[in-house]
Amino acid sequence: MIQAAKNYIRFLWRCANLAFVGDWRYYLWTGTLIALCLVGLNAYCKQFVHGLVTTNMSDQVSWGVYISNFTFIVGVAAAAAMLVIPVYIYDNEELHDLVIFGELLAVASILMCLAFVTVDLGRPDRFWHLIPGIGQFNFPHSMLSWDVVVLNGYLVLNVYICGYLLYARYRGLKPTKWFYIPFVFIAIVWAISIHTVTAFLYVGLGGRHFWNSAIVGPRFLASAFTAGPALIILALQVIRKVTAYRITDKALLTLRGIVQVSMLINVFLLLNEVFKEFYSKSKNVSSATYLFFGLEGHHALVPWIWTAVIFNLIAMFLLILPMSRSLKWLDVACVLAIVGIWIEKGMGLVVPGFIPTPLGEIVEYSPSLNETLVCVGIWSFGFLAYTVFLRMSVPILQGRLSKATENTSMHDVVFPEEAQTIGGGSKQTAKA
Amino acid sequence: MSNCNQNSGNCGCNKPAEGVSRRSFLRTSAVAVAGVAAMAAALEPLRDLTDYTSMEKFFQKHYREMTPDEMGLVLKRIEKEVEKQYGIRPHVKDYKPMDGVEFVYCLNLTRCIGCRKCVHACAQENNLSRNPEMQYIRVLKMPHGSLNPEEGQHNYSPAQVPEKGFFYMPVACQQCRNSACSKVCPVKATWTESDGITVIDYDWCIGCRYCEAACPYFARRFNWTKPEVPKERLNPNMSYLGNRPRRQGVMEKCHWCIQRTRAGKMPACHDVCPAGARKFGNVLDPNSEVYHILREKRVFIQLKEEVGNNPRFYYYFDV
Repeated sequence: MIQAAKNYIRFLWRCANLAFVGDWRYYLWTGTLIALCLVGLNAYCKQFVHGLVTTNMSDQVSWGVYISNFTFIVGVAAAAAMLVIPVYIYDNEELHDLVIFGELLAVASILMCLAFVTVDLGRPDRFWHLIPGIGQFNFPHSMLSWDVVVLNGYLVLNVYICGYLLYARYRGLKPTKWFYIPFVFIAIVWAISIHTVTAFLYVGLGGRHFWNSAIVGPRFLASAFTAGPALIILALQVIRKVTAYRITDKALLTLRGIVQVSMLINVFLLLNEVFKEFYSKSKNVSSATYLFFGLEGHHALVPWIWTAVIFNLIAMFLLILPMSRSLKWLDVACVLAIVGIWIEKGMGLVVPGFIPTPLGEIVEYSPSLNETLVCVGIWSFGFLAYTVFLRMSVPILQGRLSKATENTSMHDVVFPEEAQTIGGGSKQTAKA
Repeated sequence: MSNCNQNSGNCGCNKPAEGVSRRSFLRTSAVAVAGVAAMAAALEPLRDLTDYTSMEKFFQKHYREMTPDEMGLVLKRIEKEVEKQYGIRPHVKDYKPMDGVEFVYCLNLTRCIGCRKCVHACAQENNLSRNPEMQYIRVLKMPHGSLNPEEGQHNYSPAQVPEKGFFYMPVACQQCRNSACSKVCPVKATWTESDGITVIDYDWCIGCRYCEAACPYFARRFNWTKPEVPKERLNPNMSYLGNRPRRQGVMEKCHWCIQRTRAGKMPACHDVCPAGARKFGNVLDPNSEVYHILREKRVFIQLKEEVGNNPRFYYYFDV
C-alpha cells in the first residue's frame, strides 16, 4: 500500500518535472502564456478591488464576455465525447489513443469554465456558499446549481479516466476494463449533460424570449460538436508537428466527418430559429432583430453576427466539398467554424438576450479593456494547462516516460530524437 | 534511450560537464526571481483593498440558519460598521413578518402623473447608492393604448408632467408569488417571506446575477462597485433584510420598505405620491383598501401575466 502510494507520488513528481523541460520553442510558448496569465491576473485584481464596475456590464446587460466565453468553452469540453463515442461504441481503432488528447482538452476547458464563472462573481470570497452540505445549495431548483454539479463531476470523471489510463501506461500494465470503461460511458452521457444543462441555464428563463426556446439546447449541442472536434483537429496537428507522436491523416479525416455532419445540423437548426423568429413577427422578436439587423439605431452586434453566419456558411461548404480532405482546407474550415461558433454561442447568444431589457430599454454592451484582459488571461491559462498536459502525456503514451525508464533524465525523455537517430527508431521524428 | 547522442552539446544526461550545474543553478534562480517579481507586479492592485472581509463576515451563516442570539451579534456588528463609516449610530433591526398578513400593492394608472417623486423618496428611505446612482423604481412613459413596456420611454424629462397622449407606469419589484429570481438563485440568498415580500440576504449573495437575468420586470440591481450614500442623507432606521447599507458585489431590489411596512407603516413611495395613485395593504384584511380594489375594480392587471410569475403588484384603472 505504502509502496503503491510512493510509486504514484513518484509518477506525479516526474510528470511535474517534465513540465519544466523543453526546447526554446516550448519555453517561448509557455513563457508568453505565463506572461499573459499574469496580465489577466493583474486585471482581475483590479476588478476584485473596485468591483465589476471595471467591466462594461450594467444592470441592463448583466452578463457579458465572461459568461459568453464560459458558454462556448463548455461546448468544447463536451466535444471530447465526440472522440470517445467512435472509439468505445464503434471500436474505431484509428482514434483510440487520441481519446486521451480529447479528454485532456476537456479537463483544460473545464478549468477555464470554472475560472470564467469565478471572475463573473461579485463576491468570490463567498464561493463556499455553493458547496453542497456546507453552504445553501439550491438543488434541484436552480439550473446554476445543476451546472456546478455537472461541470465539477465532468472534471473529476475526465481527470480520473485520463489519470488512470496514463498511469497504467506508465506502469506498463494493461488497464483493467472495469476500472475505467464504466466511467467512459458515464462520461459520454455526462458530456451531453454539461452542455444541455448550460443551455437550460438560459432556456429556463421565462422572462427572456430570446433564450426561452426549446431549440436552444439542441443548437448548443450541434455547435459544440462542431467547434469542439474542429479544435481537436487543429490541436492534433500541432501535437503531430511539435512532438514525435504519430497521428494518422485518417484519424483527422474521421473527425472531419463528425465536424461535417454537426455543422450541417447546426446551420439547419439556426435556420429553424431564424424562420420562427422572423416569419411570425411576434412582439418577442426584438432581441433577434437587434442581433441581426439592429434596433432603433443600435447595431453593435450586427457586424459580429454576420461575420459568424458567413464564417459558418463558408466552413459548411468547405466541409461538404471534397477539397477539405486536404488538411490545408480542412484547417481553414475548422478555424472559420471555431471563430463563427465562438461569436454565435458567446456574444451572439448571451448579449442579445438582454437587449432590449424586459422593460424595453436598449443599452448596448461591448467588453471593457480590463474585462478583455481577464479573458485573455483565462484563455492563456487554458492553453498553458493543455500544453503542460500534453508535455506530460505524450512521452507516457510513447513509452518514454515509464516506470521502466525511472533513471532516465527528464531531458532525455523530452528529446529522444538524438537517441533515436542512433538507435534507428522506427517512429517518425518530428520536423523541426 | 541511455545511449544518447554525444555530438549534441546540450543533452543534459549522464555526466554533465563541469560548470553546467552552477550555470543552471544561476539560471533557475534568475527565472525564479523574475517569476516572483512578475507575480508581485500582477498582484499589485490588491494593495488598494480595504475592509474586504473578516473571519466573522466570512463565516456568517445564512439568514434563516441564524439563532436569535447570533442575529443579535450580527446586528450589533452592522451598527458598529455603519457608525464607523458614517459617524451615525443607526438602529438596525431584524423585522419579522406579521401573522395573518399578506401584502399587496395596487397602482392606479389613471392617476399616476409620472412625477417620479416615488423614485426619489425610495432612494432616501432605502439608502440607495447616490454614486453610482441606483433606483428601484423605473417609471415608463407609455403611449395611450398599450401596456407593452417595449413601447415605453424611460428617459423622459419634459418641463411639466403629465404630457398629453401618454400615461405613466412605475415598475419596481412585483413581489411575485412564483418568483423566478428565488428559483434560479444557486445559494438561496433570495426568497419570498410569509407576508409576500421577496427578500435578499445581502451577506449571503455571491453576486452571480442569475436572478437579474431571470427577472421579467428589470427589478433587481447589482452593486457594480462600492455604493456611496452621503452621510447627511443616511436613514438610520434600518433593517437586516431591508435598507441597511449594502456592499460591493451583491444584489438588491425593492422590498416594500420592510423596515416601515413590518412596523405598521406604509412604503415611502406610497406616502409621497401626490396623486394618490398608490394603494398598499394587507390583502387578507377585508377592511383594507387593496382588498376592496381587487374585489370591486372591473379591470386590474398583472404585468406580463403570460410569463406566469403571478405578481402581488396590480395595476388598475378608474373604471
